Amino acid sequence: MSIAAAKQSSKTGWIAGLTLAVLFVFSLCVGVGDMPVTLLFSDGQALELLLVSRLPRTLAAILVGAGLAIAGLIMQTLARNRYVEPATAGTAQSAELGILLVTLFFPAASLLFKSLAASAAALLGTSLFLMTAHRLPPTQPFLVPLFGLVYGGVIGAAVTFLAWEADLLQYLSVWTNGDFSGVLRGRYELLWLGALMVVIAWIVADRLTIMALGRDASIGLGLDYARMLQLGLTIVSVISALSVVVVGMIPFVGLVVPNIVSRLMGDNMRGTLPFVAASGAILVLGCDILGRLIRYPYEIPVGTMMGCVGGLIFLWLLFRRPSHV
Amino acid sequence: MIRIENVSLRHGKTQILHDISLTIAKGGITALVGPNGAGKSSLLSLIARLQPLQAGRITVDGFHVDATPNRDLARILAILRQDSIFTSRLRVRELVSFGRFPHGRGRLTPADYAIIDQSLQQFDLTDLADRFIETLSGGQRQRALVAMAFAQETDYLLLDEPLNNLDMYFARELMRSLRRIADENGKTIVIVLHDINQAGAHADRIVALKSGRIVADGAPCDLLTPKTLQAIFGFEMRVETVDDTPVVLHFR
Repeated sequence: MSIAAAKQSSKTGWIAGLTLAVLFVFSLCVGVGDMPVTLLFSDGQALELLLVSRLPRTLAAILVGAGLAIAGLIMQTLARNRYVEPATAGTAQSAELGILLVTLFFPAASLLFKSLAASAAALLGTSLFLMTAHRLPPTQPFLVPLFGLVYGGVIGAAVTFLAWEADLLQYLSVWTNGDFSGVLRGRYELLWLGALMVVIAWIVADRLTIMALGRDASIGLGLDYARMLQLGLTIVSVISALSVVVVGMIPFVGLVVPNIVSRLMGDNMRGTLPFVAASGAILVLGCDILGRLIRYPYEIPVGTMMGCVGGLIFLWLLFRRPSHV
Repeated sequence: MIRIENVSLRHGKTQILHDISLTIAKGGITALVGPNGAGKSSLLSLIARLQPLQAGRITVDGFHVDATPNRDLARILAILRQDSIFTSRLRVRELVSFGRFPHGRGRLTPADYAIIDQSLQQFDLTDLADRFIETLSGGQRQRALVAMAFAQETDYLLLDEPLNNLDMYFARELMRSLRRIADENGKTIVIVLHDINQAGAHADRIVALKSGRIVADGAPCDLLTPKTLQAIFGFEMRVETVDDTPVVLHFR
């Protein structure tokens, strides 16, 4: 990276870090329960509220946001297409199918077991998607996301049908529409596994950037392409599955955040990956705070909020003129 | 030395290569020519282990390409193929720096930076180093890709139709750069070319393929004769000699 670009990215880094810190503090203070900051250390109840509800909720939003943005970025790298993300290309729907099947056959299964089943199903579903996506002609870039939508829709329909038959439709909406209001201490910690996946992604950032150049270029540079494909798939599947299991699916994060960061900073992931993670966290946490405030004291689920905000950003991305900086 | 022994390749029912044997000595430029579908690119991608070897043996400096770890081969040979669609937004310097990946697996030392700068300079890219590749013209982009392969610092450089989309100026510039790195840096370059005159002017040796078989092999002045060219391409063309270089008048 050149000196000018490095300077710019360090400035952007400060802005992103500061925004996230402000939102973090703000999120701790916003909610229905009364939590006067001045009484935090004298009033045991206020401290309890902070530690049991507010802090876990805030951390969950950050972990899910960062994770989903990274999962989107990797999915786009693997599919070599900018318009796919786990929520629209079958990954999330496969994860839902996995949880549903576990719930049907092992109703007493733990959260960890459900997550494992969801991850395995997501891995299978995403592999099938990628195998097909790689066969589509690269001259038709919109075929891949279109196929993803149809594919995700078919799996989603199967999930709905199964849930209907088993009288689990209400239960299903817990996974299909993301919501942080149920997050309490002891119920979100699995998401730290997602953070681990983000760290792994950062370690292999150079390899991921090379993968985006295509199979031939990757092999030419001595990359084990097949193994990297498996690793990428695992990261995407685990992050998506954990999000679905713990808070439910949140759309658009994986789509808009990597696209915006790519426009601003390019695709060298060694440099951009931290920004993708931070921006994802900012977007999801911001939407969650907004959702808590709009109809105060009631809440709008973050999945719904993100559907609106993310959809608008995506339209803006599509309609604005492509920049050639 | 690249040694190709009894290599055959088939895709489904189509036989792409028939029992090819060829030895390419170290140093110099070898051009692979021939009509469309002759198997030139397939042969190149087999040497570069981009597709599995079905029959026969290929060794580069004694290393079997299908049995040597990928990362070791990446320090011996570099391949540049036509990746027509470039979806990554990378700066020229970033792209070229990935040529160092096989050596440091991502960690760049001061020596690596020096090589990157040298590659940029060699292919006249210093002024474009901070531009995004998607904003470059076809010729500049092609040079950036060749510079990445050059930064890989391998003894062998395989190029698949690198002159596609280049105008006369950049085609000439690229061929001259290749000639220079072959002469000054002792690289062995194997290049698939469609322009027979570029092959005649810059290559040390021309290998002609047709329908998966080698039909001619030799120095440009021996190979570029009306009779041989007719055998390769199937039509008659005049050949004149200008400044000791045979020029094929194939366009009339």
